Amino acid sequence: MYTQALDSAGSAAPQGEADEDGRLERFQARIDRDEKIEPKDWMPEDYRQTLIRQIAQHAHSEIVGMLPEGNWITRAPSLRRKVVLIAKVQDEGGHGMYLYSAAETLGVSRTTLIEQLLSGRAKYSSIFNYPTLTWADIGAIGWLVDGAAIMNQIPLCRCSYGPYARAMVRICKEESFHQRQGYELMLALARGSAAQRAMAQDALNRWWWPSLMMFGPSDAHSVHTAQSMRWKIKRFSNDELRQKFISVTVPQAQYLGLTVPDPELRWDEAAQHYRAGPINWSEFHAVLKGDGPCNRERLAARREAHEAGRWVREAAAAYAEKHGAGAVPARSG
Amino acid sequence: MNEDWVLYEVFIRSRSGLEHKHVGSLHAADARMAIEHARDTYTRRQEGVSLWVVRSSEIVASDPEEADALFEPARDKVYRHPTFYAIPDEVKNL
Ligand SMILES: [Fe+2]
Ligand SMILES: [Fe+2]
Repeated sequence: MYTQALDSAGSAAPQGEADEDGRLERFQARIDRDEKIEPKDWMPEDYRQTLIRQIAQHAHSEIVGMLPEGNWITRAPSLRRKVVLIAKVQDEGGHGMYLYSAAETLGVSRTTLIEQLLSGRAKYSSIFNYPTLTWADIGAIGWLVDGAAIMNQIPLCRCSYGPYARAMVRICKEESFHQRQGYELMLALARGSAAQRAMAQDALNRWWWPSLMMFGPSDAHSVHTAQSMRWKIKRFSNDELRQKFISVTVPQAQYLGLTVPDPELRWDEAAQHYRAGPINWSEFHAVLKGDGPCNRERLAARREAHEAGRWVREAAAAYAEKHGAGAVPARSG
Repeated sequence: MNEDWVLYEVFIRSRSGLEHKHVGSLHAADARMAIEHARDTYTRRQEGVSLWVVRSSEIVASDPEEADALFEPARDKVYRHPTFYAIPDEVKNL
């Protein structure tokens, strides 16, 4: 689901580079005309690296994102909830696959990407380093986390890089069910017993702020927004998207009869929407740095899954080898 | 180091009567696994009634740098389109 404007394109924007044959200018002109850039087209190295990093982080987030929800599959309270949760988690795995494929069209191998995740060098969305303590967390994740992801992802369907944009179209079609099943789950709890309502409120209390942080640092501290906007990789700033999310989500919480855990939340009459109080950015940076509640657990779980699957991959490769369909080098460039 | 499985491109026929259309790619150890992964990855919501998988290395593509040379010559041949020909309104069924 989840791209998060985490940080850092490589070097600065390329305006300083010599552009002797006018390639940069022609490239920018194509983007300005809303043409899509395709894998074999010429592109500036910074554009390629920015996209590889963003798409890879996005892919890793989908993959790690299966863990907090997978945690509740065996304890789903009914068969209906269980098949829904399995289907959702499977979708997230699929999203990871679409996105890894899109990243690979830029010339990075799948092995390299997986290696970067498992070694802890790659980043993924901060939201998945929080624990899922109760069943209500599954509702809160679908409603808030997938809701925030949708806000982020819809503009990416118009991203200038063709394979990323197409992957996002596919993903966005699937996200809506994720959000709706989560809200429906919250609704069931909100209409339930006092204990169930308390559980729903507790989940909202814990997931609200981390969900707002999913949109990344505030615009004042988001250094690469301008270049990404010029390249049409990004269409809206972090703060714009965060505000949109707050505007649509607060009334949804009110409908549930739940309280958004923000004493400074207020209605802005002029802007006709709710405004949130200040975000605790030191928490955000700590989680990104690896010091969230579950960072170590998440990576350990991924590594264990990768190792536990090794014999299956080796057996499949050996079988293919034996039957004359052995591994050949993947597509380059 | 690259120990990736073979890359396959995936094509789906979405309904009977329509052509197969490219939807994405995936890695698989062999063709049968590629079909099985394609099903799980690209058709979880009945997106298709038929799948093709093709090794990416087998695809020969035109060079984007030559796009003008290849496609430009068709641009001024408007007489290949029916709208190029002016026929009086009174003439029917044409
Ligand atoms: Fe997703
Ligand atoms: Fe999702």
